[in-house]
Amino acid sequence: MNHLFMPRNAVVVVLLLLLAALPLYASLAGNPFLVTLFTRILILAMAATSLNFILGYGGMVSFGHAVYLGIGGYAVGILAFEGVASGFVQWPLAIIACALFALVVGALSLRTRGVYFIMITLAFAQLIYYFGVGLDRYGADDGLSIRQRSAFAGPIDLSNRTQFYYLCLLLLIATIYVTWHLVNSRFGMVLQGSRSNDRRMRAIGFPTFRYRLTGFVIAGAICGLAGALLANHTGFISPATMHWTRSGDLIVMVVLGGMASSFGPLFGAVVLLTLEEALPLAIRTLATPLFGDVAVRMGEYWQILLGPLFLLVVLFARGGIDGLLAGSRRD
Amino acid sequence: MTDVLLRIEALSKRFGGVLASDAISLEVPAGELHAIIGPNGAGKTTLIGQLAGEIAPDGGRIEFAKADITRLPAWRRSRLGLARSFQITSLFPDFSALDNVALAVQAHAGHSFRFWRDARSEPGLREPARAALARLAIAERADMLVSRLSHGELATRPRMLLLDEPMAGMGPDESARMVATLRELKGELTILLIEHDMEAVFALADRITVLVYGRIIASGAPEAIRADEKVREAYLGEQEAGNA
Repeated sequence: MNHLFMPRNAVVVVLLLLLAALPLYASLAGNPFLVTLFTRILILAMAATSLNFILGYGGMVSFGHAVYLGIGGYAVGILAFEGVASGFVQWPLAIIACALFALVVGALSLRTRGVYFIMITLAFAQLIYYFGVGLDRYGADDGLSIRQRSAFAGPIDLSNRTQFYYLCLLLLIATIYVTWHLVNSRFGMVLQGSRSNDRRMRAIGFPTFRYRLTGFVIAGAICGLAGALLANHTGFISPATMHWTRSGDLIVMVVLGGMASSFGPLFGAVVLLTLEEALPLAIRTLATPLFGDVAVRMGEYWQILLGPLFLLVVLFARGGIDGLLAGSRRD
Repeated sequence: MTDVLLRIEALSKRFGGVLASDAISLEVPAGELHAIIGPNGAGKTTLIGQLAGEIAPDGGRIEFAKADITRLPAWRRSRLGLARSFQITSLFPDFSALDNVALAVQAHAGHSFRFWRDARSEPGLREPARAALARLAIAERADMLVSRLSHGELATRPRMLLLDEPMAGMGPDESARMVATLRELKGELTILLIEHDMEAVFALADRITVLVYGRIIASGAPEAIRADEKVREAYLGEQEAGNA
């Protein structure tokens, strides 16, 4: 811990303090939208953290990770629709459903490598996507409104925005903490060794498949919890939640923030989702004096700026934001 | 003392039209350093691959310590004590030398479904790893030698070592040190060595098997191999069999 004062650690501390103070600032500034935006950021950071666990540390490029957001969300939505509002039932079921699905997908896809693995995980995600589209009872592709947030006992009231925000923050920090332990444990050593050289891992005596599968299931389960949070946050679940472009967004967050780093996915989620809000605004503001009314339409093409930015990170900062802050790829 | 540790019976492997292993039969007694030589494309690496469990043979049988291992996956063979060495590109580049060896210790220290404790601070993994590194006196040049002999495998206390060209690309000094290291290991381990460096092979091996086009053309003590007409013809021909 002699690198305690590295810029990265300072950024992490400042970021966490800012996140902790955000609801206060939002209420002082009279801008409740900020809490809504950052609740979403925290939830997707949690999903990205779970993806980073298998992608960054395990080398498993799952291109269907958003499917767990969808399954977790549908578990909450369907149970609420059928009259089961208790979070004590909804959330564990969301997690279990995702774990089981990950077990099936992993058992089949982890026998392949590289592009084949990417395509199989994508195929499974698309399968569930179209299954969601066909769920007539639960809104089909229009989706399903969730009128009541998950009910918990005592003073916990998720319809209180501030409370819900802090719950998400707490669960995100817990997720980062747990994954940190996982990747540095014996289990994590096997996962990381298998990323570098699976053949050699087997040659020195590790049955790697079962460890990789376990990691895959853990990541799915964590993302399922994020899905339950997301459904509560938006009060709505539809197949669009698990569209493959959403899986792509999660990969972008991980790569942008820094693969195989504890706080990278959080960095990535914060930067990507704030840019998503800020770039259209910036384009509109800057372009209005020049182009007048057309500028409003120009704001819709904010991704024209995001694309090159992402390209620069991939080309020149392999460790992502975390790598830039840490100075080198790994310590 | 002369128990057979590794027994290969009529092992065959075909890649398309090429017979990489043509009914290879071989016995390696415990404690022996057995070298396999042969020109390029003789099927040496294919043979090691089949012994390590990375290539499935088409026919024949492999017996290790009196157990049939022909169909066992690589990780099970490793646990039985059959260790394969890797060349430099096969290390775990993200890990330090000590991490590499500690990982090999971990491989044989029960299951790894241990999710919480920091593996890098477990004395049970670190101490044997340090000892293995120190024993081979490579602390100062850990990167080079660990990768070559993959001393990580030594930390797992194997009974038999499969070495695939450990001296490839080494300078004369390093080769000499590698020969010394192998000679030291020779007493305690059974070793199957594939190597191009003839000087090293003839200096180290108890017995030598010559492989040409997937077939054994001669097998015996170094002097016998050196004198063998077929070997001279097929392999040693232009590089003067003696060499020493």
